[in-house]
Amino acid sequence: MRFHSFLIKYGEIGIKGKNRYLFEDALVRQIRHALKDVDGEFLVHKCHGRVYVDCEGEYDYEDTVERLKKVFGIVGICPVVRRKVQEIEGLKKDVVAYVGEMYPEGNQTFKVDARRADKRYPLNSMEINCELGEAVLDAYPGMKVDVHHPDIRLNVEIREEVYIYSEIIPGPGGMPVGTNGSAMLLLSGGIDSPVAGYMIAKRGVEIEAVYFHAPPYTSERAKEKVVDLARLVSAYAGPIRLHIVNFTDIQLYIYEKCPHDELTIIMRRYMMRIAEHFAEKDGCLGLITGESIGQVASQTMQSLAATNAVCTMPVYRPLIGFDKKEIVEISEKIDTYETSILPYEDCCTIFVAKHPVTKPDTARIAKSELNLAEKIDGLMQAAIDTAEVVTVS
Amino acid sequence: MEVYLDNSATTMCYPEVGELVYKVMCQDYGNPSSMHRKGVQAEHYIRESKETIAKILKVTPKEIFFTSGGTESDNLALIGCARANRRSGNHLITSSIEHPAILNTMRYLEEEEGFRVTYLPVDEHGKIRLDALADALCPETILVSIMYVNNEVGTVQPIQEAVQMVRRYKPSILFHTDAVQGYGKYRIYPKRMGIDLLTASGHKIHGPKGIGFLYIDSRVRITPILFGGEQQKNIRSGTENVPGIAGLGLASRLIYQDLEMKNALMRELKEHFIEGALKIENTVVHGFTDEGGAPHIISLGVAGVRSEVLLHALEDKGIYVSSGSACSSNHPAVSGVLKGIGAPQEYLDATLRFSMSEFTTKEEIDYTLETLYNCIPMLRKFTRR
Repeated sequence: MRFHSFLIKYGEIGIKGKNRYLFEDALVRQIRHALKDVDGEFLVHKCHGRVYVDCEGEYDYEDTVERLKKVFGIVGICPVVRRKVQEIEGLKKDVVAYVGEMYPEGNQTFKVDARRADKRYPLNSMEINCELGEAVLDAYPGMKVDVHHPDIRLNVEIREEVYIYSEIIPGPGGMPVGTNGSAMLLLSGGIDSPVAGYMIAKRGVEIEAVYFHAPPYTSERAKEKVVDLARLVSAYAGPIRLHIVNFTDIQLYIYEKCPHDELTIIMRRYMMRIAEHFAEKDGCLGLITGESIGQVASQTMQSLAATNAVCTMPVYRPLIGFDKKEIVEISEKIDTYETSILPYEDCCTIFVAKHPVTKPDTARIAKSELNLAEKIDGLMQAAIDTAEVVTVS
Repeated sequence: MEVYLDNSATTMCYPEVGELVYKVMCQDYGNPSSMHRKGVQAEHYIRESKETIAKILKVTPKEIFFTSGGTESDNLALIGCARANRRSGNHLITSSIEHPAILNTMRYLEEEEGFRVTYLPVDEHGKIRLDALADALCPETILVSIMYVNNEVGTVQPIQEAVQMVRRYKPSILFHTDAVQGYGKYRIYPKRMGIDLLTASGHKIHGPKGIGFLYIDSRVRITPILFGGEQQKNIRSGTENVPGIAGLGLASRLIYQDLEMKNALMRELKEHFIEGALKIENTVVHGFTDEGGAPHIISLGVAGVRSEVLLHALEDKGIYVSSGSACSSNHPAVSGVLKGIGAPQEYLDATLRFSMSEFTTKEEIDYTLETLYNCIPMLRKFTRR
């Protein structure tokens, strides 16, 4: 079947009162961005409190749908057949042809749901429902009407053209990116952090990211992998500014000066500090991590408190109550899992102690950090100054 | 300074070879199977390349078959011979330190096609144990495959003795050698040595990637593993990779020019490097350091530094090397070869392979040594506690 348009259904943004147009405009913008590289010409527009994507001429249907399925704010995507407005006999023919092509089995229950945006049409909605329902029943004896729980809800809207649609492809939900400020994601090469970024982006938040690498202990490939992960997340979140920070010297300095079992916690505290620095500089309103309570030693309640203590910005941890299995399920859904499990060492694991502290005391950790007083500010500044920034999309 | 010491992974293409490949791709691009002049022209390149290689090996041109590289040549040799000679027996022999192209093909024949495979152990230098070969030979044996030069530690295998032992036991047993690391470094004469099949690859000898050959003695019974347009006497279907074939021929000719001189130079550099590297405490060179090892491969164990870390530290200084064997480096599993030669535990995950080419210079080796002296103490300071 050749579809001429997509009707975009959006949920939550429909109830945003006076700000509604901001959300709709953001949605239109995100849809345009998502379809930028798809073969075909698309006209994305708002009309009567709805968003439509009109496809001009030849276009790649599968690719279009795939891209739309990644635009936050979209609840449903309805492929629409557009026909010229004509009197009822002509309309019947079009609808019968549509049903025949879409449902060749011809044995489902259905309901016609007609609407007149153009009130000049001679029949009212009820009358159109009856006429079209009858026509379908006549043409396909196997079909039955069920107005309460139909298999097929046949929508016929009469506007400047007739819009016929019956299928709804589920969208990702959420809110259009760009409607809720931006936040800085601490992106590692693991499974969790890309998922965390995805979940916050889903609430309309623009994402920036920071990645810490430790050459020569981590390889060029580990870095490539993180860039790849950022790219996968950007399919949903839009372009991501990725800050790549060389963490080697800080890490070695901590390793040299602090108790070994506190290494990971202290490292994470410095990562948070650097991330917050970039976040403030770029006007982000928070940090995002992929932490989940108790998953590893550095994510116990005590450890989270110790790392949280160095930040003044809110730290969003969307996975905080998730089990690993649940996180893996999402990462598979958003296609980051395969990349996440590639076996390159990341900087958190290289010098990890056999028995790291699991219940660090924030005051004691802060005291251990005093050992770093001599050089750490300089090293932090150097790490910040030498950070490489790439925009991934 | 950029120092490329990963020539056992792949090599820089000779510029002349690159130019020839370009010419064959863009000007003389005919299909050798075509009836017209363009096809004939393409066929000339193939014939010339075959003749060059045949001359180097002292065999006849019709015994050279072009493939996509070492892996395919190994697959064709093992699977093709095993299937064609199954009626004579179902026993195959190889060594435990072969390249994965051999080991995984053998494993396939074992698991899927019901062959029995013996994997010969090696001594502490990585040389196969001939007494084990003698024990393994049995009336069902149809094929023995032993590599010419080991790709990880560089040990030259006793091919001549192995062939003689096999021939004395039963002349009809086929003998294959994977000479990917040996071709271009040694003058190998299969007929004189009694080798029935020999694998070689283009990109290890400054030729193009995606091309290699299998020498198949005319007495060998073999069946194809690819089916198609019946090119190359139906042993290897598929339109010939003419640019690659031409490039492989030229690279073969160039690498064998002044071979003895080039080898002597590499050996000198190797000795120099080993002497310098062993000045560092707690280091070891695996395999032979004399003529028993290939002139271009040095396997250096550095206790207390994980090979991947040292590799990236050298990379940072512009020096490119391998940890273990590049072909299997995607799985950071511990090297089977190092285990096979009984290398001490502390070196299993702490060994780098430096592999030279005829283009390696003394300055490069000195720079590499200097870099090792500088970074190893630093890296050793920060090891996992």
